[in-house]
Amino acid sequence: MPILGDLAKLIRSKNAGPFTLTFDVMFDDEATYRHVVASRVLTRARFAAIYGVPEEKVMFFEHDAARAIKISIPRPYVQCDLDDGDAYGGQQHAPLVELEVPDPA
Amino acid sequence: MTEVRVLAATGMLGSGFLESSFARGVALQPQVIACDAGSTDGGPAYLGAGMPFFSPEAVGRDLRLMLRGALQLGVPMVIGSCGFGGGDAGLEGVRDIVLDIAREEGMRFRAALIHSEQDKGYLKRRLAEGRILPLDPAPDLDEGVIERSAHIVGAMGHEPIAAAIEAGAQVVLCGRATDTSLFAAVPVMRGAGEGPAWHAAKTLECGTAATAFRKRPDSIFAWVRDDHFDIAPLDPDSRCTPQSIAAHTLYENADPFLITEPSGTIDTTRARYEALDDRTVRVTGSAFNKANRTTIKLEGAELAGYQSVIVAGVREPFILRQLDSWLAAMQSRFADRVQEVFRGRVAPGDYAIRVRIYGRDGVMGKLEPRAAELGHEVCLLITVTAADQKTAKAIAKSFAHFALHFPIPEWGGLISGLAFPFTPSEMDKGPVYRFTLNHIVVPDDPQEMFRTELLEV
Repeated sequence: MPILGDLAKLIRSKNAGPFTLTFDVMFDDEATYRHVVASRVLTRARFAAIYGVPEEKVMFFEHDAARAIKISIPRPYVQCDLDDGDAYGGQQHAPLVELEVPDPA
Repeated sequence: MTEVRVLAATGMLGSGFLESSFARGVALQPQVIACDAGSTDGGPAYLGAGMPFFSPEAVGRDLRLMLRGALQLGVPMVIGSCGFGGGDAGLEGVRDIVLDIAREEGMRFRAALIHSEQDKGYLKRRLAEGRILPLDPAPDLDEGVIERSAHIVGAMGHEPIAAAIEAGAQVVLCGRATDTSLFAAVPVMRGAGEGPAWHAAKTLECGTAATAFRKRPDSIFAWVRDDHFDIAPLDPDSRCTPQSIAAHTLYENADPFLITEPSGTIDTTRARYEALDDRTVRVTGSAFNKANRTTIKLEGAELAGYQSVIVAGVREPFILRQLDSWLAAMQSRFADRVQEVFRGRVAPGDYAIRVRIYGRDGVMGKLEPRAAELGHEVCLLITVTAADQKTAKAIAKSFAHFALHFPIPEWGGLISGLAFPFTPSEMDKGPVYRFTLNHIVVPDDPQEMFRTELLEV
């Protein structure tokens, strides 16, 4: 089964200000984007479960023109607070890379 | 038909652009040349300490070319979030670089410095009036937070920038400003469509970040009209595609469809992106929904203390299988040692020791789904934070030694449980800052929080 990292053009995480983390999963072509969306491998509920955050705190978007799935959550630690280990928020996307993408049901 | 041409020099002042790209942009006769110079993205230290992100040399290189271009065309040059944090120190730093360049090149112009650093008395009054509101999520706010913050800035909208240009300023240096306001001010003033003006501004603000394989930081150009805008990079080897322009609404932004600005919301829900040729994109259907009140976002940073840092590896399997309890017992026993060493002068709440475990959840902390897995070795990054560097260092010195020999029940005899890659094992990190605010102010007027100073250079 392919993993999301094989299918996406770019998977990244980043700060959206000091209090929010945002995740972009972008695809090169329409077919791959549609395939991944239809597979339901990445949904609001699935993201919440992987990251251990309450579902109601997860903002979830499918952006057709950008061929991208986008997710935003409150930062678990405010940027650069004592417990924060990722000032730019750039390494928080890692668990998404190895998600196995099934064929749509 | 209105057409306002906008040249974005690069994504961040000091990160550079190709001289040839910029010259191509100047040849297209823009009515404004703008560039953003700051962000919260580097962390709170820049605002807190008034510290610039790039060197004066790097900022000066970009500014010199931008000033020459703007003066040659006789159009405004707008720089936002000067000095990175956008506080008064940052604004003054960029002003000094501009003045040096003007002197060297014999340039003459009227400059505006728009200060965005906030008066604490003003903020306390607005807080008492219930006109400072939290965004989600936001830390708690009271007068004490305002008082403790080293610096607080408000992110200006386009209005103070437009007013400075109307007052004849050709060089407009802003404190903290929303990235979009720098690029939207002139198109809005000159009657371009508000939707296209703001959406174009959002796309221009990171320079070539909106291109299809960003090769390097570089210049980008937009033609903003009544009901659409066109955008293209200026390096002929670079391209904008409908997808790259649409995708730029994702960048560093929580919601790609609704982007809040001081005077309203950019709505890209119905935006359509089409290729005009293989490097130019036309965007139609962008909207700007004017708000019925102005909201100015605050950013603040306070000194969180001074830090010393210890780096240590652990490879021993018996320690690793009880890592958490070993570290917890060690820290609990060390608290007694601190009382002995400082004879009560350092209370338990006066310092903080944090141990981050690389090889387990050092990068993701609470978000790590694989926190139950441990490699055959880990790296501990230990931070000691206290009110002054001397205390942080003294505690770190004692802790490194205490931790090194902290026993585990499996071994009878003195152990050395930490592998230090450095000696001395502690290093001084200096002051550390924290963000204090994620709030908005509702002012009476979009300009009341910003103070403009005009200079004849």
